[in-house]
Amino acid sequence: MKSAIHAGVIPAEPGWVKEYEAILNAYEQAGGNKAVLGATGTALLVVSANRVLASSEIPGVHFDAEELPNGVRARISIDPGSRFDRPVHLCFGMLPTEGLQEIHAEYVIGKGAAVEFLAHCTFPNALQLRHVMDATMRLEAGSSMHYTESHFHGPHGGIEVVPQARVIVAEGAQFLNTFSLVHGRVGRLSINYEVEVAAGGLAELTTKAYGWSDDQIQVNEIIHLNGEAARGLTKTRVAVRDRATSEIQTTAEGNAPLARGHMDCTEIVRDQAVAKNMPLVVVRDDRARVTHEAAIGTVSKKEMETLMARGLGEEEAVDLIIRGMLQ
Amino acid sequence: MGGETDVSTLSTDSLLRVEDLSLKRAGRDILSHVNLAVRAGAVHGLLGLNGSGKSSLAYALMGCADYLPDGGRIWFADQEITRLSITERARLGLTLAWQEPARFEGLTVSDFLSLGAKKQDRESVRAALEAVALSPAVYLGRRVDQALSGGERKRIELASILTMCPRLAILDEPDSGIDTLTLGDVETLIRRMPDEGTTVLLITHRDEMLRIADSASLICQGSVVFHGPPMEVREFYGSRCRFHAQTLGRQPWDQVRIEAGVA
Repeated sequence: MKSAIHAGVIPAEPGWVKEYEAILNAYEQAGGNKAVLGATGTALLVVSANRVLASSEIPGVHFDAEELPNGVRARISIDPGSRFDRPVHLCFGMLPTEGLQEIHAEYVIGKGAAVEFLAHCTFPNALQLRHVMDATMRLEAGSSMHYTESHFHGPHGGIEVVPQARVIVAEGAQFLNTFSLVHGRVGRLSINYEVEVAAGGLAELTTKAYGWSDDQIQVNEIIHLNGEAARGLTKTRVAVRDRATSEIQTTAEGNAPLARGHMDCTEIVRDQAVAKNMPLVVVRDDRARVTHEAAIGTVSKKEMETLMARGLGEEEAVDLIIRGMLQ
Repeated sequence: MGGETDVSTLSTDSLLRVEDLSLKRAGRDILSHVNLAVRAGAVHGLLGLNGSGKSSLAYALMGCADYLPDGGRIWFADQEITRLSITERARLGLTLAWQEPARFEGLTVSDFLSLGAKKQDRESVRAALEAVALSPAVYLGRRVDQALSGGERKRIELASILTMCPRLAILDEPDSGIDTLTLGDVETLIRRMPDEGTTVLLITHRDEMLRIADSASLICQGSVVFHGPPMEVREFYGSRCRFHAQTLGRQPWDQVRIEAGVA
């Protein structure tokens, strides 16, 4: 079914308005600013479960959304050469305690365009809920896309989040991705990103997650540096405590002359939690260079004692240090 | 009149009193029967060479995890704090400025200075930065991480003491890593702390720093061997210790301790 909602139209049906408000309230809980979403000239797409609650385009930004039985298929395209003063806001969420939400998204960033997306994913009541984000992203030559995805989950941990993306970065294009899940329980997180970078292109994948109780964090990121002087970076910041687990697998392939890749992983582990990091370096050209660094350990005693000497309790100090690392 | 340290001579109106404190690490004596008193409203200097136990004493006073004493007692404002946690001591009004302060990825200078601040207003934070000659416009938003130089981080550590305004600040070598041009400013700052309600235990290896102290003690090989007016401590240090300062490990401390009457 094609959505009946068009650019700039906020649904008037009473039930939907209520749901829209509830989603925005959850968005605000996650650190978002509701007022920004209502501002004139802001491109906005709001999806709750399988309903497109709001879709507001601006010149240069196009949303084409279709409702599916368990989610939404959306095509988001940016006109070539477009520039914007403000980010494009995407708001995905589900209010029920149970269910499935699948977002099939296709992003096309036109040649030479530059755009920033702020995606907020809110699941405040999740008890037995699965959220799948299956995206393809195509950045045309010389374009730039900065995609920041922030999650807000409730306190129960009954959620499974599966973000997966296949990204094509054309010549001279730049893809900067930040995924953040540091508010509420992680539940089960399984990230799968694969990025192909052409000559002179750049891909940076930053992932931040904070798991506790029995949360499970799995990250699998692959960057293929296929073109000459392509550059790639994975930056992972994860903290696990209680009985939470994390397993970080990153791969950087240097497949062309002067390709440069680096993987940087820092994990904090406390209590009975377990953290693993497996960087894989593949180099197929003798003029390419790929490096990695990883540090897994507990919170620095000196940092903790410094904060405690300012009157913070031990748990407060640990939390502040972890949240600082995840900022 | 200065001389050997005996607990019976320690002033009972002291804000901080250390009685017969001993600490071993890896089977080695780090602190041995330390007695020390710091009078409320004073700047008390603790002078000692590298490896003499100054920082270990500071950590023991603050309650740091690996520095819990094997013997002796610590009193703060007439309350025994020997077994209290760092947090409990801090909440009583005791704090420590580290010789090599920690770095925090993600924490801004503004956040750091607000921790434990007596007044939770932006103006106090700005004033503290200006007092250590750091521009608030430049530094408030910066992170307290590896990008700061050692000297900048030391100044921020001092600024945090100003915002906290604790009852007692242990300053572990606040002069190290500070360029000589600003050393005078740091001295002035420390000298003014008692006027703001903060008593200071000033730890240093430079006897010149004692010129801003009201009283002083000398620590050698884990023992406080002498205490008294700063000039007398400097003279004792100059005549018996400075000569040995160049070759660590070869100092005839036993002789110094015998002369001081604590061997």
